[in-house]
Amino acid sequence: MQTKRITFKAKGLPYLLVAPQLAVTLVFFIWPASQALYQSVLQQDAFGLRTEFVGLANFENLFADPLYLASFKVTMVFSFGTTFLSMGVALMLAVMADRVIKGATGYKTFLIWPYAVAPAVAGVLWWFMFNPTIGVAAYAIRQMGYDWNHTIDGNDALILIIIAAAWKQISYNFLFFLAGLQSIPRSLIEAAAIDGASPFKRFWTIVFPLLSPTSFFLLVVNMVYAFFDTFSVVHATTAGGPGQSTSILVYKVWRDAFESLDLGGSAAQSVILMLIVIALTVIQFRYIERKVEY
Amino acid sequence: MVENRPWLTFFSHFILLAGVVIVLFPVWVAFVASTHDPRDMLSGVVPLWPGDRFIQNYYEIFVEGMAKAGAPPIGLLMMNSLIMALAIAIGKIAISIISAFAIVYFRFPLRVLFFWLIFITLMLPVEVRILPTFEVTAGLGLLNSYTGLTLPLIASATATFLFRQFYMTIPEELSEAARIDGAGPMKFFRDILLPLSRTNIAGLFVILFIYGWNQYLWPLLVTTDEGYYTIVISIQRMVSVPDSEPLWHVIMATVILAMIPPVLVVVFMQRLFIKGLVETEK
Repeated sequence: MQTKRITFKAKGLPYLLVAPQLAVTLVFFIWPASQALYQSVLQQDAFGLRTEFVGLANFENLFADPLYLASFKVTMVFSFGTTFLSMGVALMLAVMADRVIKGATGYKTFLIWPYAVAPAVAGVLWWFMFNPTIGVAAYAIRQMGYDWNHTIDGNDALILIIIAAAWKQISYNFLFFLAGLQSIPRSLIEAAAIDGASPFKRFWTIVFPLLSPTSFFLLVVNMVYAFFDTFSVVHATTAGGPGQSTSILVYKVWRDAFESLDLGGSAAQSVILMLIVIALTVIQFRYIERKVEY
Repeated sequence: MVENRPWLTFFSHFILLAGVVIVLFPVWVAFVASTHDPRDMLSGVVPLWPGDRFIQNYYEIFVEGMAKAGAPPIGLLMMNSLIMALAIAIGKIAISIISAFAIVYFRFPLRVLFFWLIFITLMLPVEVRILPTFEVTAGLGLLNSYTGLTLPLIASATATFLFRQFYMTIPEELSEAARIDGAGPMKFFRDILLPLSRTNIAGLFVILFIYGWNQYLWPLLVTTDEGYYTIVISIQRMVSVPDSEPLWHVIMATVILAMIPPVLVVVFMQRLFIKGLVETEK
């Protein structure tokens, strides 16, 4: 790892400078994480009196537990749904915003502000719109002949949280797609236009492939968002229900720790989540550094 | 513009307008609901045009408090959110700007180890270590305090990276000149690095302010005393009132108030916001 060629000489000063960050990191990050690792191989009896080492039994129980496997499946559907919905909408809007000249800044302002909305608030907004008795959206859907009720129907509830989580993320994806589009050399597009390629063809054969670094980066960022930042969307609205139909992994780990008080099981879930973050971070750093060359 | 295709331009505007409507519509519905009498909402579908109780409803939640809805006064909630957002933003920037300075401008034993320890925090969001972090915080007696709300969140690998990357782009000649002129490290930091980092700090501040304001899981865990609730948490408490229909007009007014500060920050500091967003993701 590099430093500057010219560095300062001082004995204690650099330690003093990193001390605050290091203290917070050790106390609130590294130590708790190691505790999670440690607890994941322990099991407490029903009264919390005795704790014993059980090896990987917690993990075995977890993967034999149909509720946990169901939660895994829900999380997969939820995160892919959220990612593709919000990236798809954002890409379409960005392509259009890249085309228009009049009013481009106005559109941009109106499209980016949801970034500032808390996921919990986004959840409550859509939850209200889809409220089976008084919601506008639920009313519209009922007019079309479908009886929307996310308090009873698990699929409806899952669709609801996907829409809410995706809505909040559109602005972020839009900004990055727009920046990606604007960095594509105009000459390429012009050359294709002179050769007679239609706008649609130009998009699929030139623009879309050149956007692949941006798309890939956004894919990873959105997956991380859907996996870890959406606890509040679920907690503030469906609370994991009806049944277990919207109990995503981060929601389940919280509920098992604070409501079911299953320490070993919750710690094992934490460790699995940690492995997922590490995998996603490694992918992000390994492949995003190596950008596709224009 | 490559060629003139009026229909395509028309189509683009149409799609963009539709996008803006989709993005705005839920907020419009919330705003409308916050201006109506609660009885209007029990009789079927929520109206789509504002009612006549705008002043009355907002006056009610500000002055009479939200006792009926089961929440502390809104002024206190917003104050707590503001304290939390500012403390997190300023705290993160302060501790990472100095640790990045140490890592780039000094050579000392354990430097690489420290860097990796900070780097690892990137892979440990609160969500994956909920219970042990809660236990540590409880053990230090920090539940129901502003310190407990903010301190465990202020270690930030992203901010440290950002400043490290930025320092690496600063020409060597500057530190060389400073050393020849006899400036010590802290003088160099204060008089040269800090002024140069101004726009980076501002961009980062915008992003971190929003991050702090929108925190959910952590305040939910460490606050049981209503006096420390943030506005975002209070919405959930009002939504899940047992045994009665939620007071939608109060909830939606709170939702609107919870959105206003961070949205204003994004709209009015758009340039800094985009700069911060792009840089923290590098």
